[in-house]
Amino acid sequence: MENAKTRDQITKILIHIILIIFSFIMLVPFAWMILTALKTNQEAISVSPFYIFPANGWHWENFGKVWQSYNFFVLYKNTLLMIVWRVVCACLTATMAGYALGRLKFPGKNFIITLILVQMMVPSQIFIIPQYLMVSKLGWLNTMAGLVFPGAVTAFGTYLLKTGYQGLPKDLEEAAGIDGCHIGQKFLRIMMPLTKSSMVSLGIFTALFAFKDLMWPMIVCNKSETTTLSAALAKMQGQYGSEYPTMMASAVLAVLPMIVIYVIFQKQFVAGIATSGGKL
Amino acid sequence: MLHALSIKRRRADMKKKMTAAEKNEAMWGWLFVAPTVIGLLILNFYPIFNTVWQSFCKTGDFGKGNVFNGIENYKAVLAASETWQSLWNTIKYAIVEVPLSVCIALVLAVFLNGKIKGKSLYRTIFFLPMVCAPAAVAMVWKWLYNQQFGLINNILGTNVAWISNPKITWIAIGIIGVWSIIGYNMILFISGLQEIPGDYYEAAEIDGATGIKQFFNITIPLLSPTTFFIVQTRIIGALTIFDLMFMVMDKTNIALQKTQSVVYLFYQYAFTNGNKGYGATLVMVLLVFIMIVTVILQKAEKKFVFYN
Repeated sequence: MENAKTRDQITKILIHIILIIFSFIMLVPFAWMILTALKTNQEAISVSPFYIFPANGWHWENFGKVWQSYNFFVLYKNTLLMIVWRVVCACLTATMAGYALGRLKFPGKNFIITLILVQMMVPSQIFIIPQYLMVSKLGWLNTMAGLVFPGAVTAFGTYLLKTGYQGLPKDLEEAAGIDGCHIGQKFLRIMMPLTKSSMVSLGIFTALFAFKDLMWPMIVCNKSETTTLSAALAKMQGQYGSEYPTMMASAVLAVLPMIVIYVIFQKQFVAGIATSGGKL
Repeated sequence: MLHALSIKRRRADMKKKMTAAEKNEAMWGWLFVAPTVIGLLILNFYPIFNTVWQSFCKTGDFGKGNVFNGIENYKAVLAASETWQSLWNTIKYAIVEVPLSVCIALVLAVFLNGKIKGKSLYRTIFFLPMVCAPAAVAMVWKWLYNQQFGLINNILGTNVAWISNPKITWIAIGIIGVWSIIGYNMILFISGLQEIPGDYYEAAEIDGATGIKQFFNITIPLLSPTTFFIVQTRIIGALTIFDLMFMVMDKTNIALQKTQSVVYLFYQYAFTNGNKGYGATLVMVLLVFIMIVTVILQKAEKKFVFYN
């Protein structure tokens, strides 16, 4: 008995050691990003001595400088707006279509489900050239409409919500039918509130996807007043790639908002990713 | 599946006459799917056909229309050694990213699934890279990898050209991919682990099976549907890698030829050089490649995945 107990204890300690080593590896890039952001350029590119920590004071003003010179306020605004629009569009269209496909009978339903599955199977790069040409013809280059455009509807989200609606018990609807609700009322009052968790999953997934996307904003919004954080970083790196503290300060500013949101809504994030399991 | 669909459709055809209630339901159904269907047709299905069409066209200069030129683009794309090199580069990236990220994530998930202190803190840390924009992640890693001033070379006391030596750059970028995706795979593994009924482990405990034996005889087989799902999404994700490469590799990087992925090449042709026809053809090559991989994966699923 005693032996087994000490063996368990040792295993636990070993597991902790492995987990701590991995946590360290995961955190080093973050730490280095922040430490570099607080150095002067001289310190950042000094090899002997090699500075781990800023040597002559922590230069918090680097953040202020970057914020000013790259107009991060506009980048935040653009990114946030794009995310909000995409989440609203995706949730709205997907919950309606998901309800119809999961709950209602109508001709053409299976064909539509096939369309959705095909869309999910092909690589999304196949859509990009024509989508770009459409946006360009509509005169939407460098506009919010152009940024949101490909995310107006979502095959993946529709499928996710369809599964959500199918999982609800059948008699719910029948009970409501007796009370004389029509289908629209049933959907709004009874069914939609019950799929809240699927909606949250889809919302988080959509927000993360939009936040991380690089190619689309680079293509449609090449001006720094209209583009998103990701695309702006790509541009900055091209122009000021050797001013390391500046680069790292902008990287910090680009990742910080999502990290804060993630830490606050951790449970929802984890549950959302686990249930949606989409390709991020 | 297609067979099942056609049977269902035939059944639907048989009862042609709809009652008023059925008509009402169909009307609501169509109303609800209309935005999504219209959106999918404009945003996804028209583009699929348009991309196919453009792959047979020479892109006109300065807004001039496309000119049909048969299979010239395909001849050019398939004859270019950089196409095949980029396909091979993409596979090499996947070979680094997928197995490493899946195996490490599985081990971490098993550790975190048990009773262990600080579980949620560890989980938060491992998942952190997932909420960061790859553009920023790549910038940080590029700085870590910097040959002269980077942290890695200075700590190890080495002088390795991590991201400009053609022989190792694909591994270096693969490692960024692994670091970025571990947390995501881990979350999926944890939710898969939680679906395995506890009685299996209790029974094994009574039989005196050790932790490692339990892992290989219970966890691995019962987790195989989750594992397969993760491997599949990761392979497809890795084959369309773009962001990390774009941010790490400058156009003047001498390792570019031996590292750039198909999607990177596609972006360069379609949007930097403005040759949409050639870009569209590259996408078609990618599509065929992914379809082949998907078929292989489906075959593998039947062989290796254990469904209850």
